[in-house]
Amino acid sequence: MNAQVFIPADTLAIALGADEIAAGFAAEAKARRQDIEIIRTGSRGLCWAEPLVEVNTPKGRVAYGNIAPGDVAGLFEAGILNGGTHKTCLGPVDDMPYLKTQLRFIFKNCGLYDPCDIDAYLSHGGFAGARAALAQKPENIVDEVEASGLRGRGGAGFPAAIKWRTVLGASAEQKYIVCNADEGDSGTFADRLIMEGDPFRLIEGMLIAGLAAGADKGVIYLRSEYPLARKVLEKAIAVAEQQNWLGADIQGSGKAFEISVFFGAGSYVCGEETALLESLEGKRGIVRSKPPIPALEGLNGQPTVINNVITLCAVPDILVKGGAWHAMLGVGRSTGTMTFQLAGDVKYGGLIEVPFGLSLSELIYGFGGGTRSGLAVKAVQVGGPLGAYLPPEQFDTPMDYEAFAAIGAGIGHGGIVVFNENTNMRALARYAFAFCAHESCGKCTPCRIGSMRGKELLAADHPDLELVHDLCEVMVEGSACAMGAMTPIPVQSAIAHFPDEFGTRTAQAAE
Amino acid sequence: MANGFVHWGDKQALMLINQSHKAGESLTHALRSLTDVFGYIDERAITPLMQTFALSRAEILGVTSYYDDFRDTPPARHVIRLCQAEACQAVGGRELSTHLFAKTGLALGEAAKNGQVALEAVYCLGLCANGPAGQIDDKPAVHLDAAILDAKLAELDQ
Ligand SMILES: Cc1cc2nc3c(=O)[nH]c(=O)nc-3n(C[C@H](O)[C@H](O)[C@H](O)COP(=O)(O)O)c2cc1C
Ligand code: SF4
Ligand code: FES
Repeated sequence: MNAQVFIPADTLAIALGADEIAAGFAAEAKARRQDIEIIRTGSRGLCWAEPLVEVNTPKGRVAYGNIAPGDVAGLFEAGILNGGTHKTCLGPVDDMPYLKTQLRFIFKNCGLYDPCDIDAYLSHGGFAGARAALAQKPENIVDEVEASGLRGRGGAGFPAAIKWRTVLGASAEQKYIVCNADEGDSGTFADRLIMEGDPFRLIEGMLIAGLAAGADKGVIYLRSEYPLARKVLEKAIAVAEQQNWLGADIQGSGKAFEISVFFGAGSYVCGEETALLESLEGKRGIVRSKPPIPALEGLNGQPTVINNVITLCAVPDILVKGGAWHAMLGVGRSTGTMTFQLAGDVKYGGLIEVPFGLSLSELIYGFGGGTRSGLAVKAVQVGGPLGAYLPPEQFDTPMDYEAFAAIGAGIGHGGIVVFNENTNMRALARYAFAFCAHESCGKCTPCRIGSMRGKELLAADHPDLELVHDLCEVMVEGSACAMGAMTPIPVQSAIAHFPDEFGTRTAQAAE
Repeated sequence: MANGFVHWGDKQALMLINQSHKAGESLTHALRSLTDVFGYIDERAITPLMQTFALSRAEILGVTSYYDDFRDTPPARHVIRLCQAEACQAVGGRELSTHLFAKTGLALGEAAKNGQVALEAVYCLGLCANGPAGQIDDKPAVHLDAAILDAKLAELDQ
């Protein structure tokens, strides 16, 4: 058998030279007359070790981390094809603590094979969830998802089954499954990783949602910052069509489902579900008033399920293993696993899929190893640009929806951004207002004007914090969506935990 | 063109608009496909868009102006996009932007006089564990620093 070499082909690995590394492996093998098979895979999500090259050996797959194109010749010298020792060797992948201590099911296959190789997907249990769904009544699929306790991973944590049941119960000419792949939150990349690395999982999740809700059309709203994900998804959709996992008569069941990809146009607020629908319909991405809810009047006025990428990717295993299995993972009403993403000034950043309930510090220090810079951690922002800044005193908070709500924070899409001791918290608070001003859809005055005003207020030497708080209150109360209503969270948490940085006398003296 | 886009062509534009419309797609789909091919939406597309989608000029411009991606002028030959979002700020993204402004005399969103290089802001590329991140032309870039960007600028400004 040829030696198999696995080299990721996701956006991050490519930015770090993975294409050149692959070319180097091919050339070096040829020069040495060694037969190798190079397989371009998704990423394991170990961002700190990318490009992560793996070889198949009798001991299993052995990993080599942070490979540079210039390392290739040396790796061959060291006998990489037999898992030889080299300074970059991280040992058998399955023994790496970073992976071993995770509980992956959404990401279990990401990085194992060529993302568009449907046979590889099938041989790793792919489409078993869809098979189970094809054999069931729609109500039973929804029951299973309800029993799982699955909540939306896009930010709001809303139970998926409620939306699905509403759409199932609505009678209409056409129903839709819309996948929200707008992933606009800074510090998040789980959607990107899974779309680039295991796209059939998303296709399967959407198919199951379609079967459950009685929808035969799916749309993926993909942000334009992810051009590679677009290519991978379009290819995977074409392959799924050829193999009859999408189309008019899926696997001879008589059931139909098709998926198209819409490539966004650079607007954060289009991640909000109703702005997203407006955008798909050809309009400005302005948030709609609710009611009506999208489950009753969504895309083109038809009943529509809108779910985040990761929500949908959690579904196949729920159908295979049962809702009760999923409900046992996690804590309280935060069931299943969460795909956390460690980013910013962190030593070992990457994707961490674990059941809800781990503490922030286990993630930041246990997985993350503290800062990349070596400086002390000053704060983290959890849940994207609308998430709270939390100081180290709060790092023992367990990662679950309720515990976070209790401290006035949210988990959002699971992004955790680490900031070091040199961070200027006032600049971050000001940025939160500036970002809101930039992205506001303009519908509500408190959001559109308030954010501008907030940005100006925080630019003063001694900002009038009372005015800032009043402004925040108006934004919370007078905004139609979380953009305006939650921008006060990063602002006010920064002020609450780091008051010295907001122009008090002591801070002035220190500067 | 160096930036991978083709020169504006009325015929091709009309074909793309019709394609979208025939497929039952909306205006944003048509604007997206024009942008994918030409890198921008020429003024000359507005009338055919109005006719095809039965919309007024104001309605169409309302949509194009709303989205950052829908430009009305051709992009520069080279574009450096730097991430301005929080995770990149945490590792010096802001300072890097400031450096680039000083070096080029450009602000974000501004193209150099000769149309060679433009700087653009981007808010997260999903490369947040390896920042500061950006895009140089079509290529994703991570672990950026002043030296890398200076070298790139010198290379692009030929
Ligand atoms: C300003 C704003 C931006 C949002 N961006 C996203 C996004 O990028 N991705 C996402 O899945 N949800 C986003 N949401 C949440 C969606 O409105 C919606 O709750 C979600 O798509 C529902 O899917 P889920 O239940 O599976 O989470 C955003 C919400 C707001 C207010
Ligand atoms: S809060 Fe802001 S973004 Fe949301 S609807 Fe109102 S103006 Fe638009
Ligand atoms: S914040 Fe810069 S890439 Fe995500």
